[in-house]
Amino acid sequence: MGLADIVASVKSGAVKAADLTEVRLAAIAAREGDIHAFNHVMADEARASAAAVDEAVARGDDPGPLAGVTVALKDNMCTRGVPTTCSSKILEGWLPPYDGTVVAALKASGAVAVGKTNLDEFAMGSSTENSAFGPTRNPHDTNRVPGGSSGGSAAAVAAGFSDFSLGSDTGGSIRQPAALCGVVGVKPTYGYVSRYGLVAFASSLDQIGPFTNTVEDAALVLDVIGGHDPRDSTSIPQQHPSLVAALQQGVGGLRIGRITDLPEGADPDVQERLEAAFDTLKAQGATIVDVQVPAFSFGLTAYYLIAPAEASSNLARYDGVRYGMRVEATDTNAMYGATREAGFGDEVKRRIMLGTYALSAGYYDAYYGKALKVRRLIHDDFERAYQHADVLLTPTSPSVAFEFGSKGDNPLAMYLCDTYTIPTNLAGHPGMSVPFGTGAHGLPVGVQVLAGTLQEPVMFRVAAALERSLA
Amino acid sequence: MLGVSDRISAADVAKVARLARLDVTTEELERMTVQLDGMLEHFADIDALDLATVEPMTQPYPLVNVLRPDVVQPCLDRDEVLAAAPSAEDGRFRVPPIIGMDL
Repeated sequence: MGLADIVASVKSGAVKAADLTEVRLAAIAAREGDIHAFNHVMADEARASAAAVDEAVARGDDPGPLAGVTVALKDNMCTRGVPTTCSSKILEGWLPPYDGTVVAALKASGAVAVGKTNLDEFAMGSSTENSAFGPTRNPHDTNRVPGGSSGGSAAAVAAGFSDFSLGSDTGGSIRQPAALCGVVGVKPTYGYVSRYGLVAFASSLDQIGPFTNTVEDAALVLDVIGGHDPRDSTSIPQQHPSLVAALQQGVGGLRIGRITDLPEGADPDVQERLEAAFDTLKAQGATIVDVQVPAFSFGLTAYYLIAPAEASSNLARYDGVRYGMRVEATDTNAMYGATREAGFGDEVKRRIMLGTYALSAGYYDAYYGKALKVRRLIHDDFERAYQHADVLLTPTSPSVAFEFGSKGDNPLAMYLCDTYTIPTNLAGHPGMSVPFGTGAHGLPVGVQVLAGTLQEPVMFRVAAALERSLA
Repeated sequence: MLGVSDRISAADVAKVARLARLDVTTEELERMTVQLDGMLEHFADIDALDLATVEPMTQPYPLVNVLRPDVVQPCLDRDEVLAAAPSAEDGRFRVPPIIGMDL
């Protein structure tokens, strides 16, 4: 059942939010041991939220646009009085003193939060193997990763633990796990959704977005959580048009771009599904056009200099003073070093080191400064491409879900998972992954739809057309 | 100007760890030197680009100052915030000595 149908049934009183919540809690109880989608299941809070929705309906009050819909929240979104760990030991046991803006918006809309989902520590990774609390397993094959960093959120929807979930995407952390778990995942335009209360990784790249079963569900969620927030100075100060409304239009006359100089590396099964997507859209009346994005292939380098640089600054706040863990020492400086050494995992340390190096005196121009210029090239190349095409189509992930440990000890091998998703974050543009059939081992394959700044409506039209063709 | 291809030494890594306030172990230091060196080797791909006339891009949109009326608004509860701290006393965060420490 889609979110709109759930909300209609709850509002009419035909279905109780409390019963819907019990169904999800039962699904979690049955399979969470195998999947480990959650760092924290909010069973009591969920029951209380659902009861409040049912009471509002009984009183004749409007219970909100997501009444009775269950949601799982990535564990880097602040929830007042509910543990928020970022899957890091350094924040274990921390109870945030406030709700993030998206969390507050979902509460006000009648959504029922069922838990906080696992992630790669501080959202740094592509498999959830970097979680301090153990990996999440892919519901389609528990020997394989769900992708990352929002692996728990993707797995929660794929396993039926919640009707939808929220993740954050800094370089592909929503789209890649969505592809690997066979669900829809959207990274909106930078500034579309407030980041207030999202624990910062790389502030100029981070963006919150939904995981859903359908394109329409994602549109509905973004219509609720999108919009300006005075508490986030980078949120776009304007109203966004309804994406649900945009879905009514088809793709006739749209120009679908094929990037002819896209970096190679996608597996043949993934490439085959991408070709099928082009064929489908052509059959539905769209035109396929060739475009070039020459700087696309430099995205990985620019990203892995810029994101760690921003992270090294953002993560300086974990110093054992105001929240989280502390390792006691004889002076403050020794306390900082010991706390951070004990609290952070390997990948987080690696990125803090890389970022600190890229920003340090004597190296700033060679690394960070140069990466910022490459970022401009990527942005401008995309803008030129969007003069000729309404959207671009690429693979989301170079491969289907891979087995645990298969990227070995080489951080670069993992980084290459995000080859096709990273450039969009650098440009600030929206992108989404739509499930489009299966590849090797019968595992899900996602196709990525990219669009220009605030072109979500056209991106959603194309995603809906791909989804319809499979129905 | 330095190129990205100028590689990193163990001494560089040790200095960076100090700057980042990470008491890394000798084993970690050795491993990170190899890993960071490998990354920087890959990242040398951008050394081939001519970027002389390209403007750096720090944000997707030009940032402007955001102001609001200067009126009191609800803020975080002090006791709730301090309750989350590893150590607090008299309404303040408590830390080990900072005077005379080796910077």
